Amino acid sequence: MTKSFSSGFGVKRCSKLLAGAFVLLAANLTMAEDNPRDPYEGFNRTMYSVNEALDNVAIKPVAKAYDAVIPLPAKAGIGNFFGNTADLWIGANSAMQGKFGDAGVDIARLLVNSTVGIFGLFDVASEIGLEKHEEDLGQTLAVWGVPGGAYFFWPFIGPRTLRDTFGWLGDSYADPVWSVRNRSYAVRNTLVAARFVDIRASLLPADKVIDEGALDKYAYVRDAYLQRRRNQIYDGRPPRNID
Amino acid sequence: MKKLFVLLFAGFFAMLASAQEAPDLLVKKITDDVLEIVRADKDIQNGDTHKAIALVDAKVLPYFNFQHMTALAVGKDWRKASAQQQQQLTGEFKTLLVRTYSNALTGYRNQKVVFKPFKMNPADTDILVRTEVLQPGSKAIQLDYSLEKLDNGWKVYDVTVAGISLVTNYRDQFAQEIRNGGMDGLIQTVAAKNKSLEASLAKASK
Repeated sequence: MTKSFSSGFGVKRCSKLLAGAFVLLAANLTMAEDNPRDPYEGFNRTMYSVNEALDNVAIKPVAKAYDAVIPLPAKAGIGNFFGNTADLWIGANSAMQGKFGDAGVDIARLLVNSTVGIFGLFDVASEIGLEKHEEDLGQTLAVWGVPGGAYFFWPFIGPRTLRDTFGWLGDSYADPVWSVRNRSYAVRNTLVAARFVDIRASLLPADKVIDEGALDKYAYVRDAYLQRRRNQIYDGRPPRNID
Repeated sequence: MKKLFVLLFAGFFAMLASAQEAPDLLVKKITDDVLEIVRADKDIQNGDTHKAIALVDAKVLPYFNFQHMTALAVGKDWRKASAQQQQQLTGEFKTLLVRTYSNALTGYRNQKVVFKPFKMNPADTDILVRTEVLQPGSKAIQLDYSLEKLDNGWKVYDVTVAGISLVTNYRDQFAQEIRNGGMDGLIQTVAAKNKSLEASLAKASK
């Protein structure tokens, strides 16, 4: 839904980018904005335009080509493969949130899919009823009571609250695909690039909805991100808003 | 004679039952109807947006309460709007939502819709029907419908995709337009958006 390119670039490099962004941010702090959830709206809108321009020129064309060329079964295999590499950290986060039953399922998924599912290319676990979960450090921090903080739109990694920004740094540190560098940088970079393109391609249909449906794309993406994260934190059953 | 009476009686109850059709069965019926048509219609699968919109108009819209949806999207400013403004905005917002999401049907590629277990009390007048869209290679997408009970049956007033309400996601954008140009400004903005979409659609189909 959102143009969040998780782990598209090195953690170190992203930290540098973040540092640069903070400098820009400081310059923008004097701007008064009226949305309490989005105090740095001026800065964020600038970053949103930068990201959109980059995406249109460099990233989206690659994702579109990938989407057109790779047949569906292969795409499913690629999606499953990266999904499988994520299940260990998902399990760790389930456990850190006290959901030990879920954590057991996550680990069982990893074992089943890595073996019977041939290195994770087939999601056999889902077929035998081991349901995939959606967990990350940002959600764990939320469950621990850390407030969301201000909303940011970062270059490359896209929308993140302050809490999710720290969550993302932790997720990237724990990411098994990044640790492949111990074996071979070439293999790691290929994997990271493939995952980046695969994620971007999966978001292509959402682009159309945003282009056609939004009165203000920036606000549409921001509010969708915040609603979606709230839903994830409550595992798909958030308390209903009273309007 | 007695037989005829029983038959009439049965017919009467059948009518009552369909008017008060359980909300989960209603959503299931609409989903099945629409998917059956899309599955057989190559034009829609090949991206014929007008045909998709016509399908949604005929099969889905009668079960939606757009007045309520628009009120939810506007929030507290809704009551300040005149009846005429409310009606105009409802019309424009309906056009925008239908056009945007009818497109989702053109992306149909054998996804399956699964209904989650559903429980309700006979006294409930506002409920949530939970479904999931399954597709190979990616995580299931949560798709939930909020329904309310009106005199003429259950009506959908919100749709939530992966936790994102298609209706309340407009609230900040609407509030921004109302701050800038009042309720009439908002109506004009949505109407202009619809016109530009219609124009680009007409261009694409040429």
